[in-house]
Amino acid sequence: MHLTEEHQAIILDHYRAPHNKGLREPYDAESRHFNPMCGDDITLRVSLEADADPAVIHDVSYDVQGCSVSQASVSVMTDLVIGRSVQEAEELHTEFASLLRDPLPDSLPWPPHLADAVAFRDVSRHPARIKCALLCWVALRKALTAG
Amino acid sequence: MTGVPGMPRTGPNLDGDLERIRSDFPILHRNVGSAGHEKPLIYLDSGATSQRPLQVANAERLFVQTSNAAVHRGAHQLSEEATAAYEGARTQIAGFVGADPGEVVFTKNATEGINLVAYAMSNATTAGDDAARFRVGPGDTIVVTEMEHHANLIPWQELCRRTGATLHWLGLTDEGRLDLSALDEVITPRTRLVAFTHQSNVLGTVNPVHRIVARAAEVGALTLLDACQSVPHATVDFHDYGVDFAVFSGHKMLGPFGVGVLYGRRALLEAMPPFLTGGSMIEFVEMAGSTYAPPPQRFEAGVPAASQAVGLAAAVSYLTSVGMDRITAHERMLTHTALTTLGGIEGVRILGPTTTQDRGSAVSFVVEGVHPHDVGQVLDARGIAVRVGHHCAWPLHRRLGVPASVRASFYLYNRPEEIGTLAEGIEEALAVFGTRKPNPRPLTGKGNDGPKRTATCT
Repeated sequence: MHLTEEHQAIILDHYRAPHNKGLREPYDAESRHFNPMCGDDITLRVSLEADADPAVIHDVSYDVQGCSVSQASVSVMTDLVIGRSVQEAEELHTEFASLLRDPLPDSLPWPPHLADAVAFRDVSRHPARIKCALLCWVALRKALTAG
Repeated sequence: MTGVPGMPRTGPNLDGDLERIRSDFPILHRNVGSAGHEKPLIYLDSGATSQRPLQVANAERLFVQTSNAAVHRGAHQLSEEATAAYEGARTQIAGFVGADPGEVVFTKNATEGINLVAYAMSNATTAGDDAARFRVGPGDTIVVTEMEHHANLIPWQELCRRTGATLHWLGLTDEGRLDLSALDEVITPRTRLVAFTHQSNVLGTVNPVHRIVARAAEVGALTLLDACQSVPHATVDFHDYGVDFAVFSGHKMLGPFGVGVLYGRRALLEAMPPFLTGGSMIEFVEMAGSTYAPPPQRFEAGVPAASQAVGLAAAVSYLTSVGMDRITAHERMLTHTALTTLGGIEGVRILGPTTTQDRGSAVSFVVEGVHPHDVGQVLDARGIAVRVGHHCAWPLHRRLGVPASVRASFYLYNRPEEIGTLAEGIEEALAVFGTRKPNPRPLTGKGNDGPKRTATCT
């Protein structure tokens, strides 16, 4: 897999100093998700703002065993979804997944609101690795659905 | 068959012939990588699938262009030629592994061969008395080992589930060898079948076939040998081993995809009920019921993969022309080089035996603090193809205490210099992803307008 230098730098930053890492209490829902192809494994907890309607994500905490892409992706994801509504998080997941699975032409930039998630743009050229970038998002959806 | 006419056999290993061998594999001369970043391919994933020489592709093409027809059907000349080519392939492949032609059943791959035996054992429950020795039920055990590929584990889990039998297994030592101290406790008079790998696809460990077969014989258990990783790399002799069944895949030994072999001792195949049923495998058919052909046809329902069988026979010719003893010696040299070179890198842990004693050429390792996918990514950028993950041996990785590993696996066409390039790639992966951390880029937190927490770095 070839990553552009700029994207690799963002991934390495999150990989070396991940945001919001660790499992925290209290939480409203927990999920666990695997990638059976490589054994990657994430446990993810979500806590919601008390009394917010619609529901707002207060915190996402996690423990992940995986490659730099899956570790960086969950770090980026927590930056994106903490403080957002559950509905917005779901929409971000859909948007991110569709950009990975159905890549934009190289000349078009990714939407700026996806922030550091742009680093995973190159992953879209490597179908086997898309699952690494989406591992955490699927875990988040599982947790939100279960909660 | 084609083979390698005039291939000189100059010495105990392949020195001097290596470049000539490589010239038979056009794929080894391509570059890989994205535009502007192309590198010559270094193929270190023959444990997953081997590359194919021109001689194999040409044999398949010749069959398709001249004799293509459904074998064992029709009275026309093409069908006769196709049948002769297919049965000729069977005879040649049987000779290569120390078997009689009637003991070689063509399957899709080794996985299908193992499932064939497992389902035949299920079917024995309702078959006649001839099949009695294949029956399993509550109180009986099936024995495997902790180093099996999923293909030689899950079919037996499923057989146990269907029949009420219990799955037992031989554990491993920390060095990655079978713990034979428990052999007599694990293989008991209630054991109906012992299924074990000849050579681990992860550890490279070569298991003591004779010893396990001897214990199985003491208690009257059947044996099945997964020979996927041994037949391509060394001379094997199933008659000498005394195993009841053995399986291997064509695509790991320079042959095509879609063809593999189940070997079965003649007397057993004659008594064993079929798995897949339909055309070709029958003797006499009436609306209410049928009788079945003798083996091996009984186990080859449907039109078989004739061109692939012909290609596999060409692969056997090729391997024989080069000389299995020389291939084994060449791989031992590569394995020794890999074990010493990679083992000498601080932060690299080799899984499995660290010498070439009773060890094949699959060299799996973990790089401290670096996920195998990330190692694979760095190596891929250098043109090096390795396998990353659990290599279809998840319980084995659990036993070794690692979630996944990187595997370099060698074959007759690999050059010793490629191991040096591999080592450089591993050093780079350690520098980029390892624990020697440079200062991180200042974090902007852009795009996150929600409550910001302090990163909990562990």
